[in-house]
Amino acid sequence: MVPLLSSEVLIDIYRRMAAIKAHDTRIIATMKAGRLTMPYYSARGQECIPAAVSVSLTDEDYLVTIYRGIHDMIAKGVPPKLIWAELAGRATGTCKGKGGPMHVTHPESGCMVTTGVVGAGLPIACGLALAAQIRGEKRIAVTNFGDGASNIGAFHEALNLASVWKLPVVFVCQNNRFAEHTAYEKGTAIESIADRAKSYSMPGVRVDGNDPVALYKVAAAAIERARSGTGPTLIEAVTFRFNGHLIGDSGHYIPKSQYEAAVGADPYPRFRQWLIDDKHTRAATLDAIDKEVNEAVDAAVQFAFDSPLTDPSEIARDVYASAKVAS
Amino acid sequence: MSSQNINAVQSINWALDDAMARDGRVILFGEEVADPEGGGIVKVTQGLSTKYGASRVRSTPISEMGFVGAAVGAAIAGLRPVVEIMLMNFVGVCMDQISNHAAKLRFMSGGQTHVPLVIRTMTGSGFQNGGQHSDFLEAWFCHTPGMKVVMPSNPADAYGLMLGAIEDDDPVMYVEHIGSYWTPGPPPERGKTIPLGKARVARSGRDVTLIGYSRSMIDLPIVAESLAKEGVDCEVLDLRTVSPLDTDAILTSVKKTGRAVVVHEAVRSFGVGAEVSARIHEALFRELKAPVQRVASKDSPVPFAKQLEAAFLYSHEDIVKAVRDTLKG
Repeated sequence: MVPLLSSEVLIDIYRRMAAIKAHDTRIIATMKAGRLTMPYYSARGQECIPAAVSVSLTDEDYLVTIYRGIHDMIAKGVPPKLIWAELAGRATGTCKGKGGPMHVTHPESGCMVTTGVVGAGLPIACGLALAAQIRGEKRIAVTNFGDGASNIGAFHEALNLASVWKLPVVFVCQNNRFAEHTAYEKGTAIESIADRAKSYSMPGVRVDGNDPVALYKVAAAAIERARSGTGPTLIEAVTFRFNGHLIGDSGHYIPKSQYEAAVGADPYPRFRQWLIDDKHTRAATLDAIDKEVNEAVDAAVQFAFDSPLTDPSEIARDVYASAKVAS
Repeated sequence: MSSQNINAVQSINWALDDAMARDGRVILFGEEVADPEGGGIVKVTQGLSTKYGASRVRSTPISEMGFVGAAVGAAIAGLRPVVEIMLMNFVGVCMDQISNHAAKLRFMSGGQTHVPLVIRTMTGSGFQNGGQHSDFLEAWFCHTPGMKVVMPSNPADAYGLMLGAIEDDDPVMYVEHIGSYWTPGPPPERGKTIPLGKARVARSGRDVTLIGYSRSMIDLPIVAESLAKEGVDCEVLDLRTVSPLDTDAILTSVKKTGRAVVVHEAVRSFGVGAEVSARIHEALFRELKAPVQRVASKDSPVPFAKQLEAAFLYSHEDIVKAVRDTLKG
């Protein structure tokens, strides 16, 4: 049974979306100011998806995400100050500055793997789910990836294995219409990625990735299906990325009309207005959330840049279990 | 305990059995490893699915990227997966999961996660299996920080090193040699682990150190005995773990003999022999009586035809010649 979508849950989704947007905006500004040096794959425009999925997850549930994954991490509960410290290469970062934006890891909140390799997270999520299944645990694994990942072998092997073994995993494809610079239609031989689920005898659901209510319902059902031991689900959440493949990308390959329509349908202000119009809350409440979120961003940035840089001696640590092993 | 000789198929099976009996975290999967599918292509895993159940011992689809990736995930979650890649060449289809994920996740996560995974695989030329079923590819993994590479040469070591690999907190590539699977040898002491990273002096000698592992450890004792008849006293060192290398054991032996020959079935260029040779030269240049020699397979894909396959692999004469070259000084 999918739990009722209360105003409280809707506001929780909003809070997560607001946090993702605020951190993303500040990360880009800080990069432009020259204080962060890194490749950054902004997920602006896609914040609705992990926000609406994560409200049905606990810290025990596993997350495997990708290089465009800051939104997934924040929604899942990775403390933003640790993410910021990681981006800034600090000793206090999630991974002591040894992973960076493409490899943020935080097991306490279930963020087990962030991969920089397209599609590679799906088989790993199967293994996390397998461990839960073998131990008889109720936790599940969720793995996020883009539309481009549905064309790589790992996607197909993982879906097949998950179905054969009835693994408690939810595959969330965030279809943002572009694989790097290649338009969806040029690289993908099927209209809907959700239809690929048929080949693996699992439900495949296509949903508007900018509609928190629809997403919540689809995700909650898939999560419940996994948790009950029935098996995996493939969700295709159709969305758009507002900042190209990575910061610095001119977006020359994106048709202007497509871009303008997508930005015009920005899920964040739309959802905000809907919450007020549909009387789930008042503007003042959302203003207060926005203020809290912005203060949290300030605090995270402050924490990161106040933290010591990671010492170069860290290169010799964590290569093997014992530091003595190295060569 | 029986002192009757056993082979490596049996001893690895014992190791998996004993590890599964004493540690509920150990799970096995791979193509055809469960009993309904035959208990493994050479039956290394025979009987284990019947004994430990279908949840812990699973036959997989022919889908290495999928199931090796799943093993990475299960290991991060705290299990101890032992997965079988039927033949070593098939690592090519799942290299991303091994080198970009299993090997690196401990480091990239800042030590928050780790991947205690054992990948069993087998290989070796001499069976006319051609270019995609015979390669020794250990150098790929030795060149990957975070991976360990274990290459046993006899049934007793195969047992103890398998326990060592399973107990180890790092990902391990455990390479079995097809040609010596059925070669009998003294049995292991059940329950006794051989820690990784420790070489073994297989024969003590004073004139030259012969360094090998896996298949070449069949050849080196034979060559050493024939040279002994000529008055050349060889020390034979079995690396057992190729990465991390037991540099101390290598240098201790070569300090004594002043000469070394490294022998492996893998092709010669950019191989383990080059690394061993470099480490000896870096540490003992002034004490060496001759340059370190390498004996290996030719730098070609493994060929099919019997006579070509024979020409690909080194011969005992090649080893003898290399030893003689070191004696010339």
